Amino acid sequence: MGPVGDWIARGLLAFLGLTVAYPIVAMLRRFGSEPINVSVGSVLDLVGFTVVQAVLSTVLTVLMALPLCWVIATYRFRFRAAVMGAVLVPFVLPTVVVAVSVRNLLSQFGLVVDGIDGSLVAILLAHVIFNVSVVVRLVGGYWAALDPRLDEAAAALGAGPIRRFRRITLPLLRSALLAAAAIVFLFTFTSFGVIVILGGLGRATVETEIYRYAITRNDFGSAAALAVVQAIAVAGMAVMNQRLQRRLRAASATATRQMQPVGWRQRARVSVISGATVAFLLAPFLALLVRSLTVQGSLGLDHFTALTDRPNILPVSPLRSLANSVLFASLAGGLAALVGTLAALVAASRSRLSRLVETAVLIPLGISAVTLGFGYLVGFTFFELRRSPILVVVAHAIIGIPFVVGAVLPAVRALDRSVLEVGSVLGANSVAVTRRVLLPLLRPAIASGAGFAAAVSLGEFGASGFLARGRSSYTAPQAIFGLIGQPGASLQGQAAALCVVLGCVIVALVVSIDRLRGTSGGGWL
Amino acid sequence: MNRLFVLLVALMLAAAACSGSEESDNITLLTHESFVLSEGTFEQFTADTGITVEVVSSGDAGALVAAAIATSGDPVGDVLFGVDNLLLQRALDGDVFQAHEAVGLDDVPDRFKLDAENRVTPIDTGYVCVNYRPEDLGGSAPSSIDDLRQPQFASEFITQNPESSTPGLAFLFATIATYGEDGWQDYWRDLKANGVTVTSGWTEAWAEYVGGDPGGDKGIVNSYASSPVFEGLFGGENPTISSILTDTCFAQIEFAGVLNGTDSPNNAGLLVDYLLSPEVQADIPLNMFVEPVNSQAEVPAEFAEFAVPVSAPLSLPPADIAANQARWTQEWLELLRE
Repeated sequence: MGPVGDWIARGLLAFLGLTVAYPIVAMLRRFGSEPINVSVGSVLDLVGFTVVQAVLSTVLTVLMALPLCWVIATYRFRFRAAVMGAVLVPFVLPTVVVAVSVRNLLSQFGLVVDGIDGSLVAILLAHVIFNVSVVVRLVGGYWAALDPRLDEAAAALGAGPIRRFRRITLPLLRSALLAAAAIVFLFTFTSFGVIVILGGLGRATVETEIYRYAITRNDFGSAAALAVVQAIAVAGMAVMNQRLQRRLRAASATATRQMQPVGWRQRARVSVISGATVAFLLAPFLALLVRSLTVQGSLGLDHFTALTDRPNILPVSPLRSLANSVLFASLAGGLAALVGTLAALVAASRSRLSRLVETAVLIPLGISAVTLGFGYLVGFTFFELRRSPILVVVAHAIIGIPFVVGAVLPAVRALDRSVLEVGSVLGANSVAVTRRVLLPLLRPAIASGAGFAAAVSLGEFGASGFLARGRSSYTAPQAIFGLIGQPGASLQGQAAALCVVLGCVIVALVVSIDRLRGTSGGGWL
Repeated sequence: MNRLFVLLVALMLAAAACSGSEESDNITLLTHESFVLSEGTFEQFTADTGITVEVVSSGDAGALVAAAIATSGDPVGDVLFGVDNLLLQRALDGDVFQAHEAVGLDDVPDRFKLDAENRVTPIDTGYVCVNYRPEDLGGSAPSSIDDLRQPQFASEFITQNPESSTPGLAFLFATIATYGEDGWQDYWRDLKANGVTVTSGWTEAWAEYVGGDPGGDKGIVNSYASSPVFEGLFGGENPTISSILTDTCFAQIEFAGVLNGTDSPNNAGLLVDYLLSPEVQADIPLNMFVEPVNSQAEVPAEFAEFAVPVSAPLSLPPADIAANQARWTQEWLELLRE
């Protein structure tokens, strides 16, 4: 990875420069001279709450996810792949559905989430539901590849399970934990819908204020100022994350096999932990399932069969929107997998630009959708790029890239270098080593990241909502919003049915991408 | 790199200058995601004029107008549809549109024409109205906006945050239009004392309404005059239909306009004319569930069956809205959080 690595690094930086930095600069050039109506004090308050809720959300998410990570890492069981897919379902559900479900859940415990006062607990709970999958997939997958012999040796020497986790496993997991935590932090740092719906009146984050100033008030000067604050904060956190990652020594991974749970104790552990976590995450989904199957008070599939017809209020049929979504998810997932894997390889290499690349790839996750969306609109005025579907793919992919890097980079760092060196000694050139040795070893991590990137696209995250889109880019989340935004039991039922189908699509997609882990031999994803 | 870029731009400008007098036969209609017309509607337009129409949508009306202001003079399309009277003044102040006197404007009642310079053309109208279910209110129905503060409807009313929701904003305006600049605050204090619920958007509010989600338990919700039409047409065999509190209805008028900076203003104008033509106007009710503004257009019987006529809708002048909205919503926010 000498000069080739440098060139790849330059290419990656140019890509991110064009798709992330340029739109921000374009937006500043357009609005930078307009008056700013926010005070320093209010910005500090805003940043303070934004950071506090993101830190709390991240800590809670990690704690909630760790038991399932352990089960995934330790045992091989029947529904393991399905569980790995199911945790991603909340990702593709509309925020409003999860938020309403959280509110209903809390009211059963006597905590009424009032629309005026809002509730921090409700915000945190919703963030946990959305983000557990990040930790489970990034940490669980990494943990599964750890060498179990250290742990076994410690056990033989008489260390108890808690001591072994603290002294052996946790230090080995730090790199993956940090990668996952960084993503969850940035994701909740820029959380929008959850804050608006569950935060009540007046509770705001940098992200929701950027939206309010730009869209609700058309005060673009203030929005631009906040966007700069956000970008600086996110860049700072990305640098910090990169420094921390460098300090952690990655554990070396081996091709370990998970064991089958033996005896009722182990089986109970597996079923209780995976069952409880999945049930918690899927509670909103189950409510939707019931709704989608309820036709005029009795059981029926009418809402599902209706998805093939275009209802008056939508420009295309829900099924067609789903096909568009799957196409975008494949393209965005593929692009994210390619760019993210290259970025991870560069970041782990001795290229002079490796630190910069590792820092830069994380940043899109923390930049406001409004900033990027408006940056694209005022920046990409040439070649009618502004209304090209390519921009939708790019907007989805840049959010997916950090997930791929988060999965692949710890895996690259954990690689046993000697394997690659043996390849070189045996006379293979670097391309052959990469293709025949490196990529097959990294395939599980790449698959995991690509699955995420696809989920991010299916859930329609990021700036794409602000782009001007033709009818061929009309996706399932847009159709769900159209259906759920109108009265009429059958429209609401179809919205629920489409959510259910979208949830099943993401599970099927992830399970089939994960299948690629098992196959052997060279070749790209 | 820089030099290449400058060269490219120069070439494009030159190309644009050469073709300056030529109008494009491809017109882009920029709109929000709720814009729908029957399939094939624009094929008729193409057959008549030779102009093809590409529809691109960009978020909701708020995001659409914000984006149009941000790109004013260098627009993403040629025609914009979907700016309403709540957002109109900002779009006009932001120089988004250029004047076009649409063919067919004579058939539109004057109350819909809100810009004397014809920078926008009215296309449709709907109403934000309070909906309720008498059977879920113990048989006692509210008969006026004033009743919502009566103790017998305590904790029954749910509306939306005017900062994050268009119907929420329209209801705030309805109270200002009814009680005046100095009276609406007391009305809201009473609503608050009476246990009003506020959500961030329409969907969450409807989920808490008895007519919405199965778990909903509120008997009165701020929604649209078209909500009973949706319930009637999409509610299955024996739909339960909400009633409308007509003195809460705030008019929402949607406009189309030729975008400032288009290189095809004449062809863009033809598309605006087409949107106002009786054929397209008659197609609007069953696709967007609002009423046509062209008095020559026929409202489909299916729509008329469930639609509640709103004879005297409330309204505020767009200039007043633009001048006061930020202050009103701020006052509202502080009042609710007292």
